[in-house]
Amino acid sequence: MSQGALATPEAPFLEPKTPARRFRLTWRVLLLALGALVLLLSFARTVTGAVDLTSAGAINASIALAIPIGLAGLGGLWAERAGVVNIGLEGMMIMGTWCGAWGALQFGNPWAGVLAGAIGGAVGGLLHAIATVTFGVDHIISGVAITILGQGVTQFLSKITFAEMPGGGDSQSPPVPKLELLSVPQWIGDPLRALEARQWFLLSDVAGILRGLITNVSPLTIVAILLVPLSYYVLWRTAFGLRLRSCGESPVAAESLGVNVYTYKYIAVIISGALAGIGGAFLAQVAASAYREGQTGGRGFIGLAAMIFGNWRPGGLAGGAVLFGYTDALQLRRGGESVHALLLVVTILLAAVAVYQLVRQQRARAALITGVATVAVFVVFALTDSIPSEFTSVTPHITTLLVLSLAAQRLRAPAAVGVPYRRGQGK
Amino acid sequence: MSQEKSTFTDRLLGRVSPAGLLSLAAPLVAIVFAALITMIILTVIGAPPLDTLVSMGEYGIRPRSIVLTLNAATYFYLSALAVAIGFRMNLFNIGVDGQYRLAALTAAAVGGAVTLPAPLHVALIIFVAVLVGAGWATIAALLKVRRGVSEVISTIMLNAIATSLGAWLLNKERLAVEVAGSNNIGTSPIGPSGQVPGLAIISGTQTKVFGLIILSVVMGILYYVVINRTRFGFDLRATGRSESAAVASGVNVKRMILISMVLSGGMAGLVGMPQLLGASYSYSLDFPPGLGFTGIAIALLGRNHPVGIAFGALLWAFLDTSAGILQIQKISPDIVTIMQGTIVLSVIIAYELVHRYQISAEQRRVSRQLASTTPTREGTPA
Repeated sequence: MSQGALATPEAPFLEPKTPARRFRLTWRVLLLALGALVLLLSFARTVTGAVDLTSAGAINASIALAIPIGLAGLGGLWAERAGVVNIGLEGMMIMGTWCGAWGALQFGNPWAGVLAGAIGGAVGGLLHAIATVTFGVDHIISGVAITILGQGVTQFLSKITFAEMPGGGDSQSPPVPKLELLSVPQWIGDPLRALEARQWFLLSDVAGILRGLITNVSPLTIVAILLVPLSYYVLWRTAFGLRLRSCGESPVAAESLGVNVYTYKYIAVIISGALAGIGGAFLAQVAASAYREGQTGGRGFIGLAAMIFGNWRPGGLAGGAVLFGYTDALQLRRGGESVHALLLVVTILLAAVAVYQLVRQQRARAALITGVATVAVFVVFALTDSIPSEFTSVTPHITTLLVLSLAAQRLRAPAAVGVPYRRGQGK
Repeated sequence: MSQEKSTFTDRLLGRVSPAGLLSLAAPLVAIVFAALITMIILTVIGAPPLDTLVSMGEYGIRPRSIVLTLNAATYFYLSALAVAIGFRMNLFNIGVDGQYRLAALTAAAVGGAVTLPAPLHVALIIFVAVLVGAGWATIAALLKVRRGVSEVISTIMLNAIATSLGAWLLNKERLAVEVAGSNNIGTSPIGPSGQVPGLAIISGTQTKVFGLIILSVVMGILYYVVINRTRFGFDLRATGRSESAAVASGVNVKRMILISMVLSGGMAGLVGMPQLLGASYSYSLDFPPGLGFTGIAIALLGRNHPVGIAFGALLWAFLDTSAGILQIQKISPDIVTIMQGTIVLSVIIAYELVHRYQISAEQRRVSRQLASTTPTREGTPA
């Protein structure tokens, strides 16, 4: 595999040409962008009447759906920062769904399920590490094999375990014990609910979003969210993290400084699997309330896309996960209407991009193409009332493709990701 | 990267001395290893391990099972060839699944809508399938060469999109009609002129082998010739081995990516044809999913070599067919999936080990030769 496996290799060399005005993401820019986004959603909701764009329920569901994607993405981050492409995340996540449900049922404790999910995923990670690090197998091939294996193992395991439990079946577990949901006290929640019901411009939207964020939150959600800053701290603020990342940037240099690259890669890939496994357990316990076959629905892959979108950084990855989780949630909540309203948002965003390209970057041709796309999306929006249900289910996938096609060229993967490394063979 | 170097090319380049037997040993060892794992699992769940495997083997060589195996191998083979075209230049077409299903659906709809003289009708259906498969793959190819999006991610996303596009098209308002005698809906059936008769080459059973098994064989030969005997094939392999070397010798890599992805997609379009034109004559939702992943596994087993892939496809199909007996013995047939997954993983590891052994053996040989031609070198003072 060349290093261009998951992103374009030429991007970093183009960057230094325009040193004068480089876009920097600061807290102020981020907050401004968030505010603008809420304003935009609020506008779209008022125009189309699709209340689920900013309803508490939709936001709550987005968070619940973003978590597994984000955990898979974090898993991808750990592995790829150490130089191992982990396309087997999907398989490890599938292991996590079964283990999560089984552990919770077996021990009657949801946290035991989470732990079991992590272990299940970590076993997948260990397998991937053995194949890729010790035996030097191509990372993508090993990942694909692990995904096939994960599917087979879980289908088999669920048939010999869940099928015999009351309420379970060949491809489904009995209801899994759940963690108790946390909410802010009534005196905060109720006024927000009242405000949301008024459907005022902006105010009701902010109320809905806030209420979605702070009511009915699973403790596992909070743990998962905390894993993002934790990963950042460990990977970027500790000596351990620096060594781990050096294995992904230049393993030979790391080796010359006395870092045991194999050990670090093993640790990274096992943690990667464990994170994906927790994501799977989350799916089985929180997002749904039981294990079901095919529950992951490619979320491991979408997580990987979220990581690429986030430029191999925890913060960006979380943003990507929220974006994909939001589109996933919208399609579940009156999908036809909500996704249709989303088209208006896309139209406005595309128009803004076109103007930016024309005025700031002076790229007339690019602006023209974006402009044509804007008009096309708007025409679809104007001519239809809702999106057929067959298409709303792929909103996250289409979003992934669109976002990657717009962003992939500006991204920089770890320099040695996917490159086979063998000890003592540096040049 | 390294296990992409097939033994065939190694032999072609005259680099390998002990490889012949060893490279055959690798898959055998892997299969034995997978059988061991399976037996351990069988023991754990309390089934007699050896008896179960033996009964699977006996069931698998019944005449009817052989026909079923050949039939499944027909489309497994095409799917693996589609993947292998990409593999030869380090392109991962994980989208064979979506390409094949969309192609089969459209081809079935077109085939059901028209009536032509027999050979033309079949040719039209196959042509449409190739066109649609190639077209769907082009999206991923363009995203890669124009926007730098990894084909791994984009083809996986396109698989999901193809599934829902298929579900949308397969609606009674659009391409579907009710299938007589069932609750399923499917495309309107293809008339007799568009059907390919089966071949009764296995005696002792009524079931016939797909006529399009010939198509698979032809495609295998075509693949071999194009990859190994044409300039395009040389460029393709060169790009897969070393992109920088290919660029230096004047290969337009972006163009190569585009062409090979389109070829891979076109081949993927053929995957549904044996089933469509040989048995079901109409596309419905019961066309098997996951053929793309199977194709990847088989291409790996066969190391992208047309003959190797044929063995891989037959093995895979044999395991699938012989799993039929497990249901009767009240054992979950998914154990075969585990066995297949283990085979793939251990085969690629075994190949890698053999490859490393070859390299070190080669290094030893060269150093021996050097030592014998310049014997004083070791003794000279440093």
